[in-house]
Amino acid sequence: MRLRLVPQTTNFDFFGKPTLWLGISGVMMVLAMVSFFLQGLNYGIDFRGGTTIRTESAQPIDIGVYRTAVDTLALGDVSITEIFDPSFGPDENVAMVRIQAQDDQEAVSPELIASVEAALQQAVPDIRFVSVESVGPKVSGELIMTAAIAVVLAIAAVLVYIWLRFEWQFAVGAVVALVHDVVLTIGVFSELQIRFDLAIIAALLTIVGYSLNDTVVVFDRVRENLRKYKQKPLREVLNLSINETLSRTMMTSVTTLIALIALFVLGGDVIRGFVFAMIWGIVVGTYSSIFVASVVLLKMGVKRDWSKPDGNAGTQFSNIDA
Amino acid sequence: MLQIDLWKRLLIWTVVALGLALALPNGFYSRVEGANDARAAIEMGSTDAALEAQAGQWPSFMPSALVNLGLDLRGGAHLLAEVRVADVYEARLQGMWPDVRDLLRDQRDTVGTIRLQPSASDELRVRLNERPEQASRAAELVRGLARPVVTLTGAGASDIDVTVDGPDIVVRLSEAERQATDDRTVQQSLEIIRRRIDEVGTREPTIQRQGADRILIQVPGVGSAAELKQIIGTTAQLTFQPVVTRTTNANMPAGAGNELLPSIDEAGTFYVLEQAPVVTGEELVDAQPAFDQNGRPAVNFRFNPTGARKFGNYTAENIGNPFAIVLDNEVISAPVIQSHIPGGSGIITGNFSVEESTQLAVLLRAGALPAGLTFLEERTIGPELGADSIEAGKIACIVAGIAVLVFMILSYGLFGVFANIALIINVALIFGLLSLIGATLTLPGIAGIVLTIGMAVDANVLVFERIREELKTAKGPARAIDLGYEKALSAIVDANITTFMTALILYVMGSGPVRGFAITLGLGIMTSVFTAIFVTRLIIVIWFERRRPKTIEV
Repeated sequence: MRLRLVPQTTNFDFFGKPTLWLGISGVMMVLAMVSFFLQGLNYGIDFRGGTTIRTESAQPIDIGVYRTAVDTLALGDVSITEIFDPSFGPDENVAMVRIQAQDDQEAVSPELIASVEAALQQAVPDIRFVSVESVGPKVSGELIMTAAIAVVLAIAAVLVYIWLRFEWQFAVGAVVALVHDVVLTIGVFSELQIRFDLAIIAALLTIVGYSLNDTVVVFDRVRENLRKYKQKPLREVLNLSINETLSRTMMTSVTTLIALIALFVLGGDVIRGFVFAMIWGIVVGTYSSIFVASVVLLKMGVKRDWSKPDGNAGTQFSNIDA
Repeated sequence: MLQIDLWKRLLIWTVVALGLALALPNGFYSRVEGANDARAAIEMGSTDAALEAQAGQWPSFMPSALVNLGLDLRGGAHLLAEVRVADVYEARLQGMWPDVRDLLRDQRDTVGTIRLQPSASDELRVRLNERPEQASRAAELVRGLARPVVTLTGAGASDIDVTVDGPDIVVRLSEAERQATDDRTVQQSLEIIRRRIDEVGTREPTIQRQGADRILIQVPGVGSAAELKQIIGTTAQLTFQPVVTRTTNANMPAGAGNELLPSIDEAGTFYVLEQAPVVTGEELVDAQPAFDQNGRPAVNFRFNPTGARKFGNYTAENIGNPFAIVLDNEVISAPVIQSHIPGGSGIITGNFSVEESTQLAVLLRAGALPAGLTFLEERTIGPELGADSIEAGKIACIVAGIAVLVFMILSYGLFGVFANIALIINVALIFGLLSLIGATLTLPGIAGIVLTIGMAVDANVLVFERIREELKTAKGPARAIDLGYEKALSAIVDANITTFMTALILYVMGSGPVRGFAITLGLGIMTSVFTAIFVTRLIIVIWFERRRPKTIEV
């Protein structure tokens, strides 16, 4: 007997309440934006400059001791957090010390790092500094710019590609779904105050790619069914297409999630935030390709006459042979 | 119908075999790495039985390229430095003062006495004390000192702008000259940093120019960024010392106040030198490859005023004697002084080829960094953290792989097994390609591979689901498989091209670890499409030809 995530044939009505789905997504996006503007993101040093020091010690960590040691240096905003991870041994006590970028200087200052290390060393004699990263505000400003440009470029490229391969309504649907995914992911990061660094931008772009992958598979089927059932109302064609591809959508999402969850649990704390972003993005991306992209497509309507031979025909790759 | 030409089959298997062969060394990482290092050492000329044995650990006919491990996996230091190019302007302008002074002093009858005024660091301000009305005439004279700048765009531009400001003549570097200077400064800094790091002899340092005035330095295996900065900051010692004698005896007693130093390019030759240098490299302003009056390659150099005076006096008194140019306690060359060298510029001749004279000029200039460095970004990653990350990544990869394999078999039975074979080939191909292009694997890169493991099945899932659908309506299993592939293709292609585009954008825009992620993601997309539409299909066709099943269950 085969494992089936969804029955062989399904006939769910995904468009019973299109306004409801759009409404839910809309409210979620508004919440995400409110959270973003009220709390802001917990930017890592990549984006706002400063220094992080990862320490390791055999003694249990007493944040108070660390704080007293660092506070004597008067460095402004310093955050000290202990890190827990199942992969750490009993005598691996790891903490992250983050120091804000100091005013009036563009570069990182080695004296500052040295003084912090000395102070901590004095407070906790067996402390080791496993990694020390320092980014000057000049670079971090540029990194933010580049990251924003990368995300916008990716979305624009997608818009153009889908427009060329399908119709502009499809492209709009896909892009609305993408923006939805990106906004919700940023919202989760601001709500949970997970550190947002350069790697998260990579995760965001991957989510863009993945969500798109899902959306394109559904759209490909819509295009095929539109040719096949010329008389059926658009709503039914969309519903049929989603049902037909549902099994595949679930399979792919589940296998990807299995792999990512393994990485989330076992991959260590350094990339946990990154993996979390991807897991969240895949859940949201799967949802959006069904409930956002298609609903937008339904609301916009689409050209029904696919009979004329045009260069956009989806069969142009089908003569590739193994 | 289900037919694949023999040559296509051979091609597919060849690609797979090639990928596997390229990936293989990574399975024996430390052994292959040791063998490669040993081989490099042997090539450099060292002979040692232990080295030979180590080189023999990995047969030489096997591919031996490995995936480079990024700093976050291996540990090491990363620095992003900005070269303070403006430092050089000041030194350049100050170096021009003696020329301007001498020139105007010769014309005292027309322009009267002059005096250097204190001014901003990027200009040279000279006041005409007695005849301010002659300022434009003086400026005209000073303009005569200008030299042409050779650039791509500014042909015909000269290196200085001379303007008149009341009784003052103001000399500034021209825009073209500034650009040319900036470029030279960064290039020189890069050269010096590379030389210093090479001397320490660590494995595979990355030293790259970034943008107009930045240098990225990544060195694996260095304890900390502070240590790396120290290596970069050490000044190479350049000195000009009087030669006492030349010898081939490495143990010759040098005598009081003297020292015995080896020659840099004549093995077995040593020089006894007076310890006190005549001039040091700190007083050198510039060195350029050139040709002497006989057309032989040589090196032109120029001292600052104090260095020039010392050098002038020394050469006047020691015509016919050799003097040694010493860099980091090795004698670069020991030419004989032909004549008194006034004015602080001179020429080093010797048995140089053009390459050697260029190299020597670089070495001479490389004495000290031409401008200060501002460090914009520095990261130190401890080797233990890297080792932990590799370990965690490995375990995560294995667990993710096994979970996906089991899940595929549960869902698709025999076809799941086919997809799994393709998946394993897929991961091997990614490693093979990474080794082939010498890409760097970073921690996010490992995440990219894990993600690919999850997503690689997607293309197969698309096909299998389609075959299931076709089985419901179509005529027979062979037709269903054929149609399944045919109809799933456009979805596979569209879906993967869009993902590939985002990987490409990540690669172009990203840096460091993010770029590592983009590479594995992009390669993963290519290999997963290849394995899904060629390898899995070929396996299914071979199976089908053998068994000829009447019905299939997907």
